Amino acid sequence: MKSKKKTFETVVHGIFLILGLVTVGCVLLITVYLIVSGIPAIREIGLIKFLFGTKWASTAAEPSYGILPFILTSIYGTAGAIVIGVPIGFMTAVYLAKIAPPKIKTVMESAVSLLAGIPSVVYGLVGMLVLVPAIRNLFRVPDGSSLLAAIVVLAVMILPSIINVSVTALEAVPKEYEDASLTLGATPLETYFRVSVPAAKSGIAAAVVLGVGRAIGEAMAVMMVSGNVANMPSLFQSVRFLTTAVASEMSYSSGLQRQALFSIALVLYLFIMMINAMLNFFLKRNKEGR
Amino acid sequence: MKKIISLLLIAVMAVAIFAGCDALNSGGTVSTDGSTSMEKVIGALGESFMAKNKNVTFTYNPTGSGSGIKAVLEGRCDIGLSSRGLKDEEKSSGLTETILAYDGIAIIVNPNNPVSDLSVEQIASIYTGKITNWKEVGGKDAQIVLIGREAGSGTRDGFESITDTKDACKYRQELTSTGDVITTVSQNPDSIGYASLASVKDTVKALQVGGVSPSESTVKDGSYVIQRPFVLVTKSGKALSKTAQKFFDYITSADAVSIISSAGAVAAK
Repeated sequence: MKSKKKTFETVVHGIFLILGLVTVGCVLLITVYLIVSGIPAIREIGLIKFLFGTKWASTAAEPSYGILPFILTSIYGTAGAIVIGVPIGFMTAVYLAKIAPPKIKTVMESAVSLLAGIPSVVYGLVGMLVLVPAIRNLFRVPDGSSLLAAIVVLAVMILPSIINVSVTALEAVPKEYEDASLTLGATPLETYFRVSVPAAKSGIAAAVVLGVGRAIGEAMAVMMVSGNVANMPSLFQSVRFLTTAVASEMSYSSGLQRQALFSIALVLYLFIMMINAMLNFFLKRNKEGR
Repeated sequence: MKKIISLLLIAVMAVAIFAGCDALNSGGTVSTDGSTSMEKVIGALGESFMAKNKNVTFTYNPTGSGSGIKAVLEGRCDIGLSSRGLKDEEKSSGLTETILAYDGIAIIVNPNNPVSDLSVEQIASIYTGKITNWKEVGGKDAQIVLIGREAGSGTRDGFESITDTKDACKYRQELTSTGDVITTVSQNPDSIGYASLASVKDTVKALQVGGVSPSESTVKDGSYVIQRPFVLVTKSGKALSKTAQKFFDYITSADAVSIISSAGAVAAK
């Protein structure tokens, strides 16, 4: 009887192990596939020429495969989104975690979750129909589809991740820290910014990194507002991101062009891996007690 | 007893296999290869052909016009698809072209744009950046915003080859679908774009080209010049397989006209 129970345990353990391995397997499969299909084009084009070439003309009579414009656009776009999104998200998080009365907090938090649940194509559509014409009229440029439009859309899209993670980090700050500060005569605001925020800083850093990851990986929304021309990035120019470079040409591509798209995906993947490593680093520090 | 049953079963299965083969043979296959622009038209025709003829397998390999023509020549497919007319040297190498349909590409602008007529040369200069302001072609004083399609798109390829602007277009936006082009042009009063004629809606204005407004009839009689033929390429003097011939006859018959036009092209018949 006992052995039967034991067998059952073992079987269940096995099932859980297999389910866990499915995830690991997916990651491994994608990694291996991306590397295998991404390397040939890089080898054919040349790593330096591929990464630092400034001209992308994949279907021209004399094709040229330089992805520097995409890399820079992705970096600038993400940085811009962070510059706009982080202050807003951070302040919102401080307000929600420390200042807001419970009723307002409930309403605001559900609004933030709702924002997180909106599909990216909807962000893109609203951006295309509202934001792009607005930028055109506001800045008197011939066309509003630009890096700026993409930055604004991305900034809104990363807000929920930043707010949610920061709120959690701020709420985890021990109450005693704040009480001590208040007893010593600091005002509540001083307490929040001098005591709570520094105590939660690695959690907030993790929130920012998470936002970066979300921004750099977004394709659909930016594709609809950024114009998709392989220009070197500039605020009011039409630009193409790493993600949209893959998405916009994949459907018709063939031969070296298709292989080069896989290479772009590989570069993007490496970026995301780096961001993930950073995220793990911050989260670990957060756990170990600041 | 068991042995006999299993033997019988084996016999039945063997017969079934051959029967299966027979069914396949009587159904047959049609393979097509070529132009990506013809995907919608040939896909719709293939589907309706398969629906009418059970057991027939229709295949379409979207490789591009050039590869499609080569595939017929090398006997790798039954019918080649090309979205341009055959060149003389291709014809002399033993290929026959049959025009299936015409595809008109409309040049679209915002409805508020006063310009309503451009010549092909003007369109080419606009897209290559020689003309950058609407006032140079009789419009208001505003910079022209060029909207196009992504590299590899059949419409872009068609537009650029007809206007002779290959790899020379200075696009402001490269969008990935006809719908996006139309939406963007309808949003921006200074923009110009191109889209398959069948998908043009009231939200944008289709320009006359050289005084001819685009429509099914002007595309058909050739007076609207921004158009290209959808061509079926076959080997001269070599009979198609029975099924392929049946398919060929079907798609060039009057029955196919409505299917072709619902897929966005103008049937040649």
